[in-house]
Amino acid sequence: MATEGQQHPIKVYFWIWALLFVFSFFSYMVDWWQLQGMTRWTLIIIFMLLKAGFIVAIFMHMKWERYALIFAILVPPAALLVFMFLMSVEAEYAWATRVEYMGENPAPIPELPPSHQKGAAAH
Amino acid sequence: MSDAALETSQGPIASTVKDWSSDMTTFKGVPWGKAMMWIFLLSDTFIFTCFLIGYMTVRMTVSEPWPNPSLVFSLAFMGVPVPLLLIAIMTFILITSSGTMAMAVNMGYRHRKVAVFWLMFATAMLGASFVGMQAFEWSKLIGDEHIAAWENPMGAAQFGSVFFMVTGFHGMHVSVGVLYLLIVAFRVLLGKYDEKGFEIVEITGLYWHFVDLVWVFIFAFFYLW
Repeated sequence: MATEGQQHPIKVYFWIWALLFVFSFFSYMVDWWQLQGMTRWTLIIIFMLLKAGFIVAIFMHMKWERYALIFAILVPPAALLVFMFLMSVEAEYAWATRVEYMGENPAPIPELPPSHQKGAAAH
Repeated sequence: MSDAALETSQGPIASTVKDWSSDMTTFKGVPWGKAMMWIFLLSDTFIFTCFLIGYMTVRMTVSEPWPNPSLVFSLAFMGVPVPLLLIAIMTFILITSSGTMAMAVNMGYRHRKVAVFWLMFATAMLGASFVGMQAFEWSKLIGDEHIAAWENPMGAAQFGSVFFMVTGFHGMHVSVGVLYLLIVAFRVLLGKYDEKGFEIVEITGLYWHFVDLVWVFIFAFFYLW
């Protein structure tokens, strides 16, 4: 028996583990510092993809699999990206219709949550 | 020459074509249980992504205001509301559990059964505490913020529908994962895999890391966006 399954030095896992903590910390900081607009969305996506990438590549051992398996698992979700694009076009149209023809407010402000309203006890 | 080195010399496309057209096992060196788990996870990816695409569509379409998650999910710490505190703790718990799971897989291939058992047990306990916190989060949302799947005092009713459906489905995955982990952990300890080998630990690990993976996307798109 030469090698059994996926065996890699423990050090690799510790590194990735630490990295995941760092990425999570910074993605939380995006909210903590209340970054808004493009900066916020870009950072959220970057940290999300980094975390997802490291989990799949290292923790799930995708990096060490043969290409036959890698492609079988990673290519089909491309269909989901197409679906996402189609639905965003559709949603944009529906929203524009609501604003244009139904007189809906294009930029409504949400009310404060009940627990944040004046007079509400902090809990 | 090792498999990996051979593959590099062939290139990714040639290697894939060769494996798929070999008239033999397609996924060479991959136990069938692992291949099946990957295919199951692929199907689960489609389910979760369809949920998230549904959420995207609703979020882009609603003309009623969407509540600010940073405020809705804040938790008072020493009387001061901290944004997303509980969610941050839940995220860190899930990552910690992913780490202990990765260690368990590693120990499995070293045949250290007792270490595997305790690491998987720790993973399961962390998972259970995640579900517990989620129950607390839900009760706070329903009780204090009066958010239901059909209404929402801050604006769009869809906020509740999407939230309960997506996090509920994820929470169910975590709960099932806890059971799965415990069953496999005890079977490892009882020596059920001594002869078959410890791939089962890696397969269980794949499922658990996937649960963590889904949370990464929910955290980004639902709580932070």
